[in-house]
Amino acid sequence: MEQESGLKTLPGDEVRQIQWGFSDRYDLQMLVANARRVARTIVAKNVAEGERNTHEWTKKKAAMIDAFDEAGLTAAFMDVEHGGFIDGPKNLALALMAFEISWVDGGAATAGLAGNLALSPINECGTPEQRARYMGGAVPGKGGKLLRGSFDLTEPLPYAGVDGSMLSGTMRIEKWEEGKEPILKIEKRGRFITNMAYANFVTAAVGSADERIKGSTMVILEETDPGLYDRGVATKKMTHQLSSTHDPVFSLSVPASRIIGGYDIVDGKIVPRLDHGSIIEAVFSHTRVTVGIMTAAKLLSAVEPLIRYHRQRYRGTSADDVASPRFKLGIQQKEDAQQRLADIWAAGEAMCSLGFAAARLFDKIDALVKIRKEILAKKGITGGRALYKETKAIEAQAMEYLKLDGSLTEAQKATDAKYRALKEDPLIQFALLDTLGNVYCPAPKLWNTGHGTNMMREAVALMGGYGITEDAPGYLCNKWVDGQLEATYEGPEVVQRRQISLTMTNELFLEQLRLALAELEAIHREMPNVGAAITARAGKLFLFALDYMQKTNDATGKKYFHANRQGVSFPLADALACLLGSVEQIRDLVRLKNEGPQNPVAAESLPGLLPFMGDLCVIQALDMAGEVEKVLTELIYGYMADPASVRTTLKEYQELRLALEESMAGQRSARDRAGYALTQVSIPEVLDYPQ
Amino acid sequence: MSIDHTYHLVICGSVVPDPLQSLEPVVTQGKPGLKNELMLPMVLDPFVNHSLNEAAKLREATKDTQVHLVAVGPKAKLQQLMMVLAQKTAFNLVAVDAPAGGFIDSHTVAAALAEAIKAIPGLDLQKTLVFGGWSSASRASGTTLQLVGEKLGITEQFFGVDRLTPAADGGFTVLERVEAGQHLETQVAGAPAVIGWATGELPELPNNPKIGMMNMAKIMPAIGKAKAVDLASAGFSVVDTALPAEKRQTRVVKDMPAAAVAAEIKEWIASGKAG
Ligand SMILES: Cc1cc2nc3c(=O)[nH]c(=O)nc-3n(C[C@H](O)[C@H](O)[C@H](O)COP(=O)(O)OP(=O)(O)OC[C@H]3O[C@@H](n4cnc5c(N)ncnc54)[C@H](O)[C@@H]3O)c2cc1C
Repeated sequence: MEQESGLKTLPGDEVRQIQWGFSDRYDLQMLVANARRVARTIVAKNVAEGERNTHEWTKKKAAMIDAFDEAGLTAAFMDVEHGGFIDGPKNLALALMAFEISWVDGGAATAGLAGNLALSPINECGTPEQRARYMGGAVPGKGGKLLRGSFDLTEPLPYAGVDGSMLSGTMRIEKWEEGKEPILKIEKRGRFITNMAYANFVTAAVGSADERIKGSTMVILEETDPGLYDRGVATKKMTHQLSSTHDPVFSLSVPASRIIGGYDIVDGKIVPRLDHGSIIEAVFSHTRVTVGIMTAAKLLSAVEPLIRYHRQRYRGTSADDVASPRFKLGIQQKEDAQQRLADIWAAGEAMCSLGFAAARLFDKIDALVKIRKEILAKKGITGGRALYKETKAIEAQAMEYLKLDGSLTEAQKATDAKYRALKEDPLIQFALLDTLGNVYCPAPKLWNTGHGTNMMREAVALMGGYGITEDAPGYLCNKWVDGQLEATYEGPEVVQRRQISLTMTNELFLEQLRLALAELEAIHREMPNVGAAITARAGKLFLFALDYMQKTNDATGKKYFHANRQGVSFPLADALACLLGSVEQIRDLVRLKNEGPQNPVAAESLPGLLPFMGDLCVIQALDMAGEVEKVLTELIYGYMADPASVRTTLKEYQELRLALEESMAGQRSARDRAGYALTQVSIPEVLDYPQ
Repeated sequence: MSIDHTYHLVICGSVVPDPLQSLEPVVTQGKPGLKNELMLPMVLDPFVNHSLNEAAKLREATKDTQVHLVAVGPKAKLQQLMMVLAQKTAFNLVAVDAPAGGFIDSHTVAAALAEAIKAIPGLDLQKTLVFGGWSSASRASGTTLQLVGEKLGITEQFFGVDRLTPAADGGFTVLERVEAGQHLETQVAGAPAVIGWATGELPELPNNPKIGMMNMAKIMPAIGKAKAVDLASAGFSVVDTALPAEKRQTRVVKDMPAAAVAAEIKEWIASGKAG
């Protein structure tokens, strides 16, 4: 006898808007609608018609960029004062746009976003004049030549790659007439530079090759500058073929006013106000989150085509019995097919939750940056020792705030003057968000792209031979290899692991993680079936192990945890990123439970959807906990001297492990339920984009 | 060309269940509807788009012409769809909350539409052109707009319209589809009239998020104010519902010339397999 499953349809827009925190943002909802439309029409058509089979930049690929312009996607990055339509920070906006386009094709999403990457150094660090010219000039529909840019850091071997400090690009003074702007000669070769088939300006990282210029910086190069602006040959990449990638060569004369952020003349020397490293840091602290979202979208996009393929697998024979389970469910009759798909869906949910949480976090940080600057300026603090002292003082207060936050009751928080003052202090809030951001930017870039690509392989596998063909519905095989590029560009996994291993030991971060784990314990008391206890206890085990490894030497006498000991610090970074995925997945579920009932469409689906999404949280939490436990145990015990040491030391670790394992009791049936729900959910008759 | 004449344009149009979904008719609590109706994605009736394109063009060609969109449909679903429509051109939304699953008698829908139109503040029926689809994507009875016109006392009605050209004196020319790809041209002295659009000849208006942001500021309160109406009508009942008994067998072919496709279809029909 068939039971009813509560999951009736796939989650709709109303549900996603609540989960990912934009149900009150019409600007973002419009952007989503527009991006989806372009993605599922012109982008999908390009893929279906084989445009990925050439490395060259074709008319059809270019038409896609025009469609992005028309749909407002290009202008979404710009401030209203420069002709955009979204007020304030844009991280969530860009993340949503990336999600929608890479639902169909990652290369198209990259093409849609790389222009923003080129503009980012100017947006983050440029002078007001630079911002007005380039941000304003990149808004379509204003008349005049539209500016389209490339971001150029990476250089041909053996120069800049993962290690961005090894620059071969140079700047020299070509002409410097008394009282006039100096003219610089820029030499730069790029490797793997996105947008390069059509970019008419480039933001390039260069170092000084002239004793009258100090250090390094980024400069803006334009196609019409005197000299050589050679786009170079197209990269023969096996992924993301709907974006343009070239190895360009530049040898150009540009005025010194093109130095991003400006320069000063000190003792007859040109001193750029910002070196290339700090500009790049400001840029990547934002843009990497979006890349993480791109891989996450792929996993969610695989669900519907896989259900359809499985269900219809055996239909169409002369002996069709339309009432038989074989006809109705096809491969979905089999437990493994159901449950592996549930695993893919669960991972995709956690990755989206993590990525969008990071995007919202950076929106908050960006909103505070200006306020912080103003406050510091008022206090007369511009840098150096004064800033260091101020930062230390703020950090101490931020810690005080966190301690109060963890100990006061809600009623006390409402009235406690000290707590409220700390909470409302923008400098303190900035310090807290910033330390979180230092982990939350690399985390989705690392885990979503790396683990996401592995899970895409699972998705391809679930479609058998069809999965690896060009015709596979949902372009699964393309998405699998696209994920690998997303794990590579804007800094491969090593870069993200390195950053997490440096930032995760910050006390403010760790205290915030502790509070998040306490929040999960509280959630568990109200919602026992969403994996909150598993996640909280995996988190506690992690915190204990990290602390232990920071303080303890292993059997060889070396400190377990050391930034340069990548064999230890990098697996820990992986474990943390995956743990944060579960934390955010559960938080999004709680938001859906709390806010869903106010939206009539979402409310209708909640009775079935909430338990199902809870099951997905559990599936992911179990997988994460197994991974975290594996990494920690392997490291801690794997570097001990002998079995006796394992048996006798670290009782506390063993207790925490046992507590984690206890919290797993009975939870695996979530996977059976979710798998079953996938056999019952109704899906559209056909995919809404061509194949 | 700018014509010194003002129209009051009222577009009737709403949402329909997404035809890509598996739409399964069911009777719940004695009422016919679709399985999981509120959870199913809905799309704009494409005729709304045609009408809106035409309205935007007519407004541009004339002076002070106002555009109202009257939508009878599930209030909860309207917001998502307005996200797209709001970006096309400025309009004033009048929303009436009612189901849109395709099981409502066109007389009842027409009555709700006519009531809502009459209540639009400042609307001058003598200047009004009622726009809509000559049929709809939900059940396509093709009668709703005619009934709206009758209830408003507007008896000049044109259906399957592909072009409307305004003249300087407030009159206009209408190009209506007749059979076999032919058109009928009619000179009309002026409003009021009902125009049931076919596809029209205009390209779709691009999505402009800036217009969208301005429109949404008015649209959201309008959706909030939408009154729920019970569209049950005496004497109308749905006795049974079923999906057409058709089995779809899709074959994907690429680069097949039209003549070859036609020849294959002809052969299939001739073979009697079409049933
Ligand atoms: C399609 C595409 C588009 C791109 N677009 C742009 C663009 O628009 N602008 C731009 O500037 N760049 C762009 N890039 C370049 C991209 O950012 C670099 O490829 C990336 O940063 C890695 O550099 P690399 O390829 O030189 O790798 P390498 O530096 O050679 O590193 C290779 C591998 O070695 C290991 N490794 C290296 N260093 C370390 C370390 N310190 N510790 C441990 N392991 C290490 C890691 O496994 C790493 O993945 C693009 C790349 C591609 C493929």
